[in-house]
Amino acid sequence: MAGLNELLRKGDIAANHRPWPRARVTAEIWQEAIAALAGGQWQLLGLWGEPDRVHMALRDESDETIAVVSLDCPARRYPSVGLHHPPALRLERAARDLFGIEPVGLPDPRGWLDHGNWDVRHPLATAPDPAPIDKAYTFLPIEGDGLHQIPVGPVHAGIIEPGHFRFTANGETVVRLEQRLGYVHKGIEGLMAGATLEAAGKLAARTSGDSTVAYGLGFARAVEAALGADVPPRAASLRALMAELERIANHLGDFGAICNDASFALIHAHCAVLREKVLRAAQTAFGHRLMRDCIVPGGVTADPGSEGVAAIRTLLADIKALFPALVELYDNTASLQDRTVTTGTVKPHLARQYAPGGYIGRASGRAFDVRRNLAYAPYDKLGFEVPVLDAGDVNARVWIRIREIEQSLALIAQLLDGLPQGPLRIDLPQASGPCEGMSLVEGFRGDILIWLRLDAGNRVARCHLRDPSWFQWPLLEAAIEDNIVADFPLCNKSFNCSYSGHDL
Amino acid sequence: MRKLLFQSLVQMSLTEPAPAADDAALAELGAALANVARRSLGRSLSIREVDAGSCNGCELEIHALANAYYDLERFGLRFVASPRHADVLLVTGPVTKNMRMALERTYNATPNPKWVVAVGDCARDGGCFAGSYAVAGGVSAVVPVDLHIPGCPPPPLQILRGLLALLQTAATAKG
Ligand code: SF4
Repeated sequence: MAGLNELLRKGDIAANHRPWPRARVTAEIWQEAIAALAGGQWQLLGLWGEPDRVHMALRDESDETIAVVSLDCPARRYPSVGLHHPPALRLERAARDLFGIEPVGLPDPRGWLDHGNWDVRHPLATAPDPAPIDKAYTFLPIEGDGLHQIPVGPVHAGIIEPGHFRFTANGETVVRLEQRLGYVHKGIEGLMAGATLEAAGKLAARTSGDSTVAYGLGFARAVEAALGADVPPRAASLRALMAELERIANHLGDFGAICNDASFALIHAHCAVLREKVLRAAQTAFGHRLMRDCIVPGGVTADPGSEGVAAIRTLLADIKALFPALVELYDNTASLQDRTVTTGTVKPHLARQYAPGGYIGRASGRAFDVRRNLAYAPYDKLGFEVPVLDAGDVNARVWIRIREIEQSLALIAQLLDGLPQGPLRIDLPQASGPCEGMSLVEGFRGDILIWLRLDAGNRVARCHLRDPSWFQWPLLEAAIEDNIVADFPLCNKSFNCSYSGHDL
Repeated sequence: MRKLLFQSLVQMSLTEPAPAADDAALAELGAALANVARRSLGRSLSIREVDAGSCNGCELEIHALANAYYDLERFGLRFVASPRHADVLLVTGPVTKNMRMALERTYNATPNPKWVVAVGDCARDGGCFAGSYAVAGGVSAVVPVDLHIPGCPPPPLQILRGLLALLQTAATAKG
C-alpha cells in the first residue's frame, strides 16, 4: 500500500485548506483509503459530514502525514468506513443522524446522537425531515445461560455527566458492556453554522468544560489556519501556559478520583486541595478559574502580569512540595495497587486500531502526542518527554498522568522563564471568500481535532469538533470485559471520557 | 500494609492548616447556612445533582465544594446518590431534549418538600445553547425552579451563597 501522500496526488486538492491538505476524491480512492485504514497502515483522526459530502481526517504514521479526504455524495450515500474499520462506526452513525448521509454497508442501523426527541430528523441536512426517528432503541442481543443485565444511567449516582451503560454479567464478571451516549447532545455544530467567530468561539469553549482551554486553543488555531494568521509569541506562550495548567488540574483530579474509586480517600483529598490551588492560581493569573474564553482567534484576552506569574510560581512550589509524597504513597500502597494493576486492560492492538489519544493511548504503547508529533508553537522550542507505557491497565493510565503532571510542571517553569514580551493579540484578516482551517491540539484527554470553513466576512459556515473520547469510549467497552462489575467505576474513571465533548 | 497506611497518615501533613477557616466570608456564610438549615429543616440538607445537558464545567465547581477549602459537609450539606433521599435538586446545563425525560423522572422521584436550584447560565435559559433543535431550554422549561445561581460556571463560593439564599427563602415561607 502506498503512502497517504501518494493517495492525495490522485485526488483534487482543495484550494484554501490549511495547514494540511484536503483532497476531493472519487469513490474508488475513498475505498483505497478505507483499505489502508482497515489494513492498519493509517489511522483515522476523524470523520464528519456535510449535507452532501463526507470527510475523513487521516494520519500516515510512517512519514507523519496528515490529510483530509472528502467524497461528494449528492445522493447522500457513501461507502461505509465503519464496515471495514470499526473506529468509524459511531462517527458514521452520528453523521447520519445529523446530515442524513447514509454509510452504505454500515452494520449498525440505529441512531446514535438522535434518540427520537428532536422534533426533526437530520437537523443539519439541507432539508430536515419533520418526522423524528422512532424512540425505541434495541441493545445488542445476548445469548447464554446465567447472564443478567444491569442498566445504569443516564442519571448516575455521582456528580458526573449522563450516559447509559448496559452491562451483561455472568455472576460478578462483565461479559459485555454496551454504551449508549448522546444524552447531552446540544446541537453545537448546528448552532455554529452561520455564527460569528465570537459566538462560535464561545460555543467551542463550552464543548467540554474540563477542556475549555484546549477547545478554545483548537478553535483559535483552526481559524488562524484558515485565515493564514500568526499570533504574537507572547500569546502563544500564554496559551501553552493555560493549557498546561488545565492539564495539571485535570490530571490531579483524575489521580485523586481514581484512588477514591478504589476507596482510598487520602490521596483524593490531597489531590483535590492541589487542584483547587491550580484553579485559584488560574483565577489570579487569567481572571477565571477554568480560564474560559481567555483564548480567542488572534491571541489571548488575559495577561497574568507579575502578580499572576508570582501566583503560578508559588503554585509550582506547592505542588512540587506535596506531589512526590502522594506518588510514593500510591506506589507503596499494596491495597491500592491490588485494585489498579491488571484491571481494565486496553490491549496494544486495539490501541493501534482505534488510535486513542492521551493517556489511554500512551498507557497502551501508542507514542503519540500532538505537542511532539505535530508540534505547534511554543512546544517546538520547549523540552519535555512524552511518557509511554505498555501495560494498558488502570495502573498504567495513573502513571502516565503522574508523569505528565511532572512534565507539565517543568513546561510551565520553562514558559515562565522565557515569557516573551509583546502584544497579546492581532487583528485578524477578513476572509475574502471561503477558506478552511484545521487544527489538532493536545488537550489533557488527548488530541482534539477541529475543522472549519469560514465564509467571506469570517462567518463560520461549518465547524466540526472531534473530541478525543470518540476513539476512547469504545475501548472502555473492551477494557471492562472479564473484569468484575465492581471495578467498573475504577476503569471508567481511569478513562475519564467526556460525554459533553462526545455528544456535542 | 496497614502500618504503612497509618504511617502515611501521621507523617504527611500535606494540607495547609485549614485554609477555609481563615476565610472569614466563607466561615460566616457556613455558619449562617447551618443555622438556617437547622431552623427550616431541623436536619441536614441532602442534595442530588443532575446534569441535564451541561458542558461539565458546572460539575467541576460543584465537585470543588467537597474539597478541603469548602468542605461542604461541615455545614450539614451533603450530596446523595438517589433523588429519593434528596431535599434539593441541583440542576446544571441547558436541558437537552435527550435529557428532558430523565430530569422529569428524577424530579418526580424526589419527595416533597423539595427545591430545585438551577446552576449556571445555561440552566437559566439555555445560555449560548438556546434555540438549538436539541435543547428544551433552561431548567424551568421542564421543572419548576426555586433559585437560579448565575455564572459560567459559578465558582464554589457563589454556589454556597446560592444555597444559603434558598434556605432563607424556604425558612421565611415556613414562617
Ligand atoms: S453555565 Fe457554563 S459551565 Fe455551566 S454548563 Fe453552561 S456552559 Fe458549562
